[in-house]
Amino acid sequence: MTDILAVTDHRRGELRDVSYEIITAGRQLANETGGDLHLAVISGTVDEFAEKLNREGVDAIHTVDYGEEFNHDVYTQAISQLYDELAPQYVLAPNSVNGLDYAPAVATQLDLPIVTDTIDLETDGETLIATREMYGGKVETTNELEGSAVATIRSAEWPQAEGTGDAAIEAFDADIDEDAIGSTVNGFEEVGGGDVDITEADVLVSVGRGIEEEDNLPLIEELADALSATVSSSRPIVDNGWLPKNRQVGQSGKVVTPDVYIAIGISGAVQHVAGMKGSDTIVAINTDPNAPIMDIADYAIVDDLFDVVPALTEEFQ
Amino acid sequence: MKILVTVKEVATVEDEFEIEGTGIADQYLGADLNEWDDYAIEEAVQLQEAGVADEVVTVTIGPEECEQTIRQALAKGADRAVRIWDDSLEDVDLLDVGAKTEILSAVVEEEDPDLVLTGVQAGDDSFGATGVSVAEHLGYQWGAVVNHLEHDFDDAASVRRELEGGVEELTEIELPAVLTIQTGINEPRYASLRGIRQAQRKELDVKALADLGVDESAVDAELELTDMYEPESESDVTTWEGSAEETAGELAELLRDKGVAQ
Ligand SMILES: Cc1cc2nc3c(=O)[nH]c(=O)nc-3n(C[C@H](O)[C@H](O)[C@H](O)COP(=O)(O)OP(=O)(O)OC[C@H]3O[C@@H](n4cnc5c(N)ncnc54)[C@H](O)[C@@H]3O)c2cc1C
Repeated sequence: MTDILAVTDHRRGELRDVSYEIITAGRQLANETGGDLHLAVISGTVDEFAEKLNREGVDAIHTVDYGEEFNHDVYTQAISQLYDELAPQYVLAPNSVNGLDYAPAVATQLDLPIVTDTIDLETDGETLIATREMYGGKVETTNELEGSAVATIRSAEWPQAEGTGDAAIEAFDADIDEDAIGSTVNGFEEVGGGDVDITEADVLVSVGRGIEEEDNLPLIEELADALSATVSSSRPIVDNGWLPKNRQVGQSGKVVTPDVYIAIGISGAVQHVAGMKGSDTIVAINTDPNAPIMDIADYAIVDDLFDVVPALTEEFQ
Repeated sequence: MKILVTVKEVATVEDEFEIEGTGIADQYLGADLNEWDDYAIEEAVQLQEAGVADEVVTVTIGPEECEQTIRQALAKGADRAVRIWDDSLEDVDLLDVGAKTEILSAVVEEEDPDLVLTGVQAGDDSFGATGVSVAEHLGYQWGAVVNHLEHDFDDAASVRRELEGGVEELTEIELPAVLTIQTGINEPRYASLRGIRQAQRKELDVKALADLGVDESAVDAELELTDMYEPESESDVTTWEGSAEETAGELAELLRDKGVAQ
């Protein structure tokens, strides 16, 4: 029997979607050997969260009522203690920014191997077979880990758990050593505001690193003008300071759902796709026929953007 | 203050490639300084220029061929470099987080820095876990995905952690600490010609595992790469063929059909 301890994610009073996805991932993994699925809910309004998380497939929910917001030291200590108490075979955590802030520490503290950003998990009870990508999604790999392990799961890979469960909800009395807490969260700030809201646009002309230089950006702007569309971008363009933060599409930028999204010189890294996969029609212009963006594109032009974009602009002038 | 920056030469893959066994065939592979590490190096060098840091050391796990990449960091202003390599690493397919943690922790212990900067992840294997793992291993504090660091600190670092959805977390982290650095935190410089010349003369120490007191068994990966394949495409993408004018014409027609523009 392979018991699973899955850790849920919340921020500023809200459970994040991956918390429901991790129930599905954990349930599937537990099912393979008939094990139990335990959830950990740490900090914040834990009782309220636990009620919401009590969905089909959850066997037990352990709440740790300590602090309001995420603190990695609290999480690391609480999870390690839950592990000692419950002796699960696998600890699952979200591959979120916060997940990556505690899961490696939990693995190290418990002397367990870790595999991150998994998109599929299987086990026979002894060996964990984890599927994950490498090289920005160009290839997938399978990886085997013997015995107990920590795995983080990529968001939106497993469906959210539904239904109502009959899990036992129990307060877990974690013994948090305050002296070992070495960081303090002082607040949050929303960034990426400003005059342009790309989430409102019907048509986005989105530019990525394929544009090569800031001096080439007018090519994109001219196209957007001709189409009465709005310019957005992948992260490197914003990192380089060529466009303001409010134009960035993706995990750490904006989630957009325009009628048409034209991805120009964008490879389609998972963190980018997280922000635009809900677009109605996706068009990719990219020299690489194997770029991951092709997997979600409806239409593609496999060609040099420096030839295609001016020709397209011309069509509308 | 002394800063240690972990630097990795990552493998890059050409658009068209083939897989051999559990890896990409050599002729399709290139090498580059890990994008995230470039920002970590820049941050360290800026801290040195601001008079906050008095020494910046880089550490790399990699064979001799990666020295050119390490020299890039020296050319940008790091003072000296440590490169770890060992016969026992030669045949390792994929160095897992545990193995990297053992090796890098030994270097951190030896160098005893106040601050360790790593990239958020390596662009090739993208585990995104080594920095935090090293911190926990050594009893350092840490912060993952840092996109701002105040340059005036004594016993704590004020950082911003970049969370999802355009939200940043404002956090104080006691030193010594490991921070994993996110792209966009600064503007990495290009090395100057003078820097490149100077880099040739800077110290680059090569160490084997035994020199660090790390047992060879530490690099026996607990995670075994058993298969690599091209993802099955689920796409039903329509790819237009032809000259740029022809494909642009097709796209224009689609856009007109959708009422986007006339
Ligand atoms: C924690 C975290 C958060 C992140 N958040 C985000 C986010 O919010 N948004 C985001 O976008 N990324 C994000 N990233 C970064 C992400 O992983 C990728 O690095 C990034 O999306 C790559 O951007 P790109 O596609 O423009 O560049 P690349 O991946 O370099 O792709 C460039 C593409 O251009 C093509 N190309 C090159 N030349 C031409 C040409 N002449 N004509 C046509 N095509 C050409 C290439 O074939 C390639 O596919 C995040 C990463 C991390 C670790």
